[in-house]
Amino acid sequence: MNKRAIIQQALEKQTAGMGLKKRARPFETVIGAVLWMCGALSILTTIGIVVVLGKEAMLFFTPPAWLDTNRTLVDELDAAATSFEISSSGGGNLEAGKLIKVPNEVMKITAVDGGVLTVERGYSGTLAESHNKDAEVFIGDDISLVEFFTSTKWFPQLGEFGILPLLNATLMTTAIAMLVALPLGLSAAVYLSEYAAPRARAVLKPILEILAGVPTVVYGYFALTFMTPLLRSLFGEQVQVYNTASAGLVMGIMIIPYVSSVSEDALNAVPRALREASYGLGATRFETATRVVVPAALSGVIAAFILGISRAIGETMIVALAAGAGPNFTFNFFEPAETMTGHIVRISGGDLSYNSIDYNSLFAIGLTLFFMTLALNLISRQVTKRFREVYQ
Amino acid sequence: MSEIEASPTARDAGQAGALEVAIFRGLLQRRQGAGRRWRTVFFFATVTGVIALVVLFLNVVNEAFGMVAQREALPPETLEAGYGKPLDQMSAQELGAILGDYARKGILGTAIRDEVLKLNGAFDTNQPVGELLAGRNYPPELAETPFKQLSEAQMGAILGTNLDRERLYNMVMEKVVQLEIVESWPLNMALFNRAAIEQELAASENAGAELKMHSWLNWDFLTKPMSATPALAGVRIALLGSLWILLFTMLIAVPFGVGAAIYLEEYATDTWLNRLFETNIRNLAGVPSIIYGMLGLAVFVRAFEPLTSGAAFGVTESNGRTILSASFTLAALILPIIIINAQEAIRAVPWSIREASYGLGATKWQTIWRQVLPAALPGVLTGTILSLSRAIGETAPLIVVGASAVIFVDPDGPFSKFTALPIQIWQWTARPQDQFRDIAAAAIIVLLVLLLSLNATAIVLRQRFSKRF
Repeated sequence: MNKRAIIQQALEKQTAGMGLKKRARPFETVIGAVLWMCGALSILTTIGIVVVLGKEAMLFFTPPAWLDTNRTLVDELDAAATSFEISSSGGGNLEAGKLIKVPNEVMKITAVDGGVLTVERGYSGTLAESHNKDAEVFIGDDISLVEFFTSTKWFPQLGEFGILPLLNATLMTTAIAMLVALPLGLSAAVYLSEYAAPRARAVLKPILEILAGVPTVVYGYFALTFMTPLLRSLFGEQVQVYNTASAGLVMGIMIIPYVSSVSEDALNAVPRALREASYGLGATRFETATRVVVPAALSGVIAAFILGISRAIGETMIVALAAGAGPNFTFNFFEPAETMTGHIVRISGGDLSYNSIDYNSLFAIGLTLFFMTLALNLISRQVTKRFREVYQ
Repeated sequence: MSEIEASPTARDAGQAGALEVAIFRGLLQRRQGAGRRWRTVFFFATVTGVIALVVLFLNVVNEAFGMVAQREALPPETLEAGYGKPLDQMSAQELGAILGDYARKGILGTAIRDEVLKLNGAFDTNQPVGELLAGRNYPPELAETPFKQLSEAQMGAILGTNLDRERLYNMVMEKVVQLEIVESWPLNMALFNRAAIEQELAASENAGAELKMHSWLNWDFLTKPMSATPALAGVRIALLGSLWILLFTMLIAVPFGVGAAIYLEEYATDTWLNRLFETNIRNLAGVPSIIYGMLGLAVFVRAFEPLTSGAAFGVTESNGRTILSASFTLAALILPIIIINAQEAIRAVPWSIREASYGLGATKWQTIWRQVLPAALPGVLTGTILSLSRAIGETAPLIVVGASAVIFVDPDGPFSKFTALPIQIWQWTARPQDQFRDIAAAAIIVLLVLLLSLNATAIVLRQRFSKRF
């Protein structure tokens, strides 16, 4: 065997199994898969929210929760009759449009005349059949989507579930908050990005960040123990102890840093050249800021505003503490009114039994809240994408 | 003027020019004036935030410290006389004896029923002690005596041998000393308007009560358990609850959050699924916290009850409303924030580092584990701590998940019932009495100090480990 062959052999031996093929690395694959699952977990959270809220809310809209009215049939009822009398004592809010159940048959009330009901027989897939005298009458708490979104009464005990009073209070506190947060937040952003000397900026910006880091329950305390007495000393006794104005104002203060930091990012993204061109034409700093920089950053400012609204709608502890308990359909912001979030907190803070109509109604409110904030977040994203002016 | 008059045409031209200049000057002045005025407006808008923050802190401090008028039904010195040592150093038996000596029989009977027997409602008082207190401590010679024939002293002895010292001390304070803060005034009045306080007190039905400066925030407040009397209430249980929740939230959220961030930054290619992950995470960060509470209630408290109540691990005394459920809920809440922060930190690690590592033959995971993560660590840590400090201040999700404010035992693990600092603040603030507002303010200071120390840790870590590339 010559020298060359020996070397060849040795080389082959050494490189055996070291082809240029990709080697399988099971450990790396497993790690990759685990990390992928971590990423997928967030999707799971979203699905969880939608499914959970959706499922419980569905139970709310498709009851039938049959409540005993303590009323009975006065006479025997045959399968064809559509009108009958029931005992007058007892409860239940019997009115046209409600469903009732007599042993196993569901009927829909079309008219009520004293103790005499006119009904459609054999409702909800049940069969019209004859019933005995003294058969008990149950009433179905039928909550339609229409009632949910249009009724102005929310009295769970009476089976009245209209979200409007809660929604109205939410919108009122949100509107007040934004009246405070938009002008102040935007002005702060303009000041920090256009006027402030680096030193002032270095002091003011962290302070605004601290404002964003204060827990909301502390703001709630502030609203109740400072803002409300302040409003009462300014406007007198017409301001009640719990009111939406105080909650809204403090919420506005809480949202200032969110609006200002997002808007400031947008203002800072406007290139220097634009400002310099404006100064070159003789514009003052104020004119440059309001006529050049802010319009150029408008998409970001609008996005900041929408994000602020979304935060105000979802804010809980300030309104739970300062806006008052009990749904109240009012436009007077010195009166107490419970918001959607405030209601959820109050009801779930007490003794809440699962599978009760109260429990399910909370999820219907939660779902409404979720879709409102989701829509606002998506809109703000679209606004940023669509109206962004791109500079090199 | 005279030159202008000399030539009519020059005069016209000059006049027109001067006019234009004057108009221009006027306009310029107006524009600059507007600019200055608006500058002031913008400045004050920015300062509003600062003012609000200062007022908020002053308001809290004002309530947490101040002046109180307190009254005792029986001064502790009288009780201490027979023992020669202060109340808070006495043993359980001695405290029990004091209760027996001074408290009414009804109060002692109720205390035995509620805290020793742990019964709800009435029980048959004709039962002999041996039967009623089976399994608990009682003097053997009383075994045959019917419960209702026990004397006060005997009842006190039973309490003294069955309850712990701390609870007995609180009972003595509540039932015997009856230290009662009858009225309280905020700090600003105490400092600047003391005369008015004295007047008010003299005119009220509490005239004669002892007036003194009082800090609601003190060592006792930190170390005492819950009580229905504001003067005796403390935040120890709530503080421990918050710390337990913080620990488990961290253990759950950090691995998943950092894992997801690594996946999105290092592994994910530009497919629709990965874009969905990104969009989804950003949307989750905008979901109101109370929605997470409802998710937690339906999923962790109810659906996973066997797991979160500890039933699957042999713990039997709780339902799903445990520290573990709360931690899972808060972990879900801060997960998107941790991911977004960690992504930014990982993105900031320059590509050259990864390429150098690959060039030396390292695999992808080796590169991530040994190069990218250590370089990104300060950023990841800072982001994580900041999101944890958000978790510790969250109130609404915990209320929905079922924190209860009235708990008298320390939480001792993931399956305990719990309360947390923000919950306590919420409960106390919601009560109408002034003194609960005062201890709420003290609890707020505790919470803020906790937050501040977390943030300070974040800053220190960032400075200590940060590398520049």
